Amino acid sequence: MLENLFVGTTDWLRSLLGGIGFLPTEIAESIVLVVKLVAVLVFILVNALWLVYMERKVAAFMQARIGPNRVGPWGLLQTTADIGKLISKEIIIPKKADKVVFLLAPVLIFMPPLMVFAVLPIGKNMAALDLNIGVFYLLAIASLSTLFFFMGGWASNNKYSLLGAMRTVAQMVSYELPLVLSLLGVIMIVGSLNLSDIIAAQEHTWLIFTQPIAFLIFFIAAVAETNRCPFDLVEGESEIINGPYTEYGGMGFAMFFLAEYANIMVVCAMATIMFLGGWHAPFGLTFIPSWVWFFIKMYVLIFIVMQFRWTYPRIRVDQLMGFGWKVLVPLSLANIFVTGIGMYIYRAIGW
Amino acid sequence: MLRTQEYILNFGPQHPATHGVFQVILTLDGERIVKAEPVCGYLHRGIEKLAEARTYTQVIPYTDRMDYLAAMLQNWGYVQAVEKLMGIEVPERAEYLRIISGELSRLTSHVLATGVYALDVGGFTGFLLCFREREKMMDLLEELTGSRMTTSYARIGGVADDVTEGWLDKLDKLMDEMPGYIEEYNGLITGNEIFQARTKFIGKLTPETSINYSLSGPVLRASGVNYDLRKAKPYGIYDRFDFEVPLGTNGDCFDRFYCRVLEMEQSVRIIKQAIEQIKEVDGPIIAKVPKVLKPPKGEVYQEIESSKGIIGYYIVSDGTNKPYRMHVRRPSFINLGYLDEMLRGYLVADVVAILGSIDIVLGEVDC
Repeated sequence: MLENLFVGTTDWLRSLLGGIGFLPTEIAESIVLVVKLVAVLVFILVNALWLVYMERKVAAFMQARIGPNRVGPWGLLQTTADIGKLISKEIIIPKKADKVVFLLAPVLIFMPPLMVFAVLPIGKNMAALDLNIGVFYLLAIASLSTLFFFMGGWASNNKYSLLGAMRTVAQMVSYELPLVLSLLGVIMIVGSLNLSDIIAAQEHTWLIFTQPIAFLIFFIAAVAETNRCPFDLVEGESEIINGPYTEYGGMGFAMFFLAEYANIMVVCAMATIMFLGGWHAPFGLTFIPSWVWFFIKMYVLIFIVMQFRWTYPRIRVDQLMGFGWKVLVPLSLANIFVTGIGMYIYRAIGW
Repeated sequence: MLRTQEYILNFGPQHPATHGVFQVILTLDGERIVKAEPVCGYLHRGIEKLAEARTYTQVIPYTDRMDYLAAMLQNWGYVQAVEKLMGIEVPERAEYLRIISGELSRLTSHVLATGVYALDVGGFTGFLLCFREREKMMDLLEELTGSRMTTSYARIGGVADDVTEGWLDKLDKLMDEMPGYIEEYNGLITGNEIFQARTKFIGKLTPETSINYSLSGPVLRASGVNYDLRKAKPYGIYDRFDFEVPLGTNGDCFDRFYCRVLEMEQSVRIIKQAIEQIKEVDGPIIAKVPKVLKPPKGEVYQEIESSKGIIGYYIVSDGTNKPYRMHVRRPSFINLGYLDEMLRGYLVADVVAILGSIDIVLGEVDC
């Protein structure tokens, strides 16, 4: 029953639209698709709000504090109240800023995570769109957000913003490579770029067990991609105030802020799909619906990322580059090499 | 033709990492520092000039406002200078109370420096954990002196009040817990790989330059120069206590940070011994001094070891009830003297690490 909650709803909607009679199938299908995408949109926004609350609570408990506890039960509505406050604020545009680009950046910043989530299978038969080049699409879109950070930093016409923007680009260039290379091992084993195929291949053994090093590299690179601590040099509030979004106030700032959490969700969902078996239930616990399993795994990863943030200091920019190019890239190349040899031997033995 | 261009970045006065209103005008080549020009004075209140229009007792609250993180040490330095000028003998119990409250002030200052340094290099949790202990010490200081930060506890000839009932036991209990807390800081901050990578071999100071630039406090001792006034020229009753002077070896940011952590342990040791010894000492807490203080004509210079370094008070008296001239040797200000050369060649992120490791207080820099 719960397992098919969402799939069933879609089918019901489809049959309802089909029952009207005079609607052509194409139109009915596109209505269903729009409904699916709006659902994804709402899901991401609500989740981003929840994640801000969760981060504040996690931080509070790690720092021997209580955290938000005034608005709503257990402070659950705190982030909603914060966003309400930010919306009501005036949008201040610096005098010498490039107005169009300045205003466009926070609008576009939410686009990449939304586009990525459209193809993620978040449960059995639960991808809004099932692309056969899913991994390729995912990587291409996920690295887009760098552009919007750079837009914001450049258009602000502020030296701190520019420094932050340059750091984003440098970070993206050096961490995109290990991110992609680490996924190559997964793709070699599965032999497909389709996300549903990758999940189906993990029905018995999760890929984290066959590709542990790839998982580590992916996770580190993913944390760096989302500009999270210890790789949060882009914001680096004690060095360059707030990086690309120093000059933003009100909703512009809120959009950047929420996009950070949407991006964390995206990379953690990617790690879940690629390495943790996606929506497959471990130990045969299939009475819990597949989409619940997906969220549990995703949230465990997000929780780990949050713990990083509240434990580690920030790494320096040259150390960041050094770590990316001297450690992660060679390691991921070695991983591909070892995976290839392993696959060759396995086939030769005939497993 | 393609070429790179140097540009100027105004680091402060409104910047989270300058610990107040301090400005460094950085000339940058990309992220690398070519030149750094410190600009101070944004918090200048003219305390030295104000002192000339106040009686000797009225100057005490002004000294609070210099290094407001270790106010008791500032009070102490000032009253010692006046006592030296007038030749006043301080009662023994008052000396013990000064040691206890002074070392407690040093602890609060060092705990804050440790936490803020963690924040400077990006670790937020260390910052708040240090504040947790600082709060407990602040409560104790408030109970003793009536104020959390601006203590104004020392008086010319003694201290303002005796301890309240049970206060010493509370302090003793906290001091028993302190080593555990310091262990926690070491686990979270000092031992962290990224923290060490960020701070080791950054902003190195050789013993020669440290001495030539007249640096003092943990900044000097981190370079391996064993000079702590509490040991070198014991003032008050410091010769009665058994403690060590922690020294660094490299003189880098990490050593400066770690020196403070080790000094906290020594402060705990001193306070523990002082609590033991004060129980046997009874008597007045303030010497018999005239209502109107009129020191004889002359001048005096007295220095003590503050949490940031050596704080010295130079007072000229013309025989009236107000100082003719007062000058304060502020350690934070003098420790900043080498900043330009220290920063050259490092990255923007290192500016924060180096500035944080010197541990300045802007109230004292600008006076």
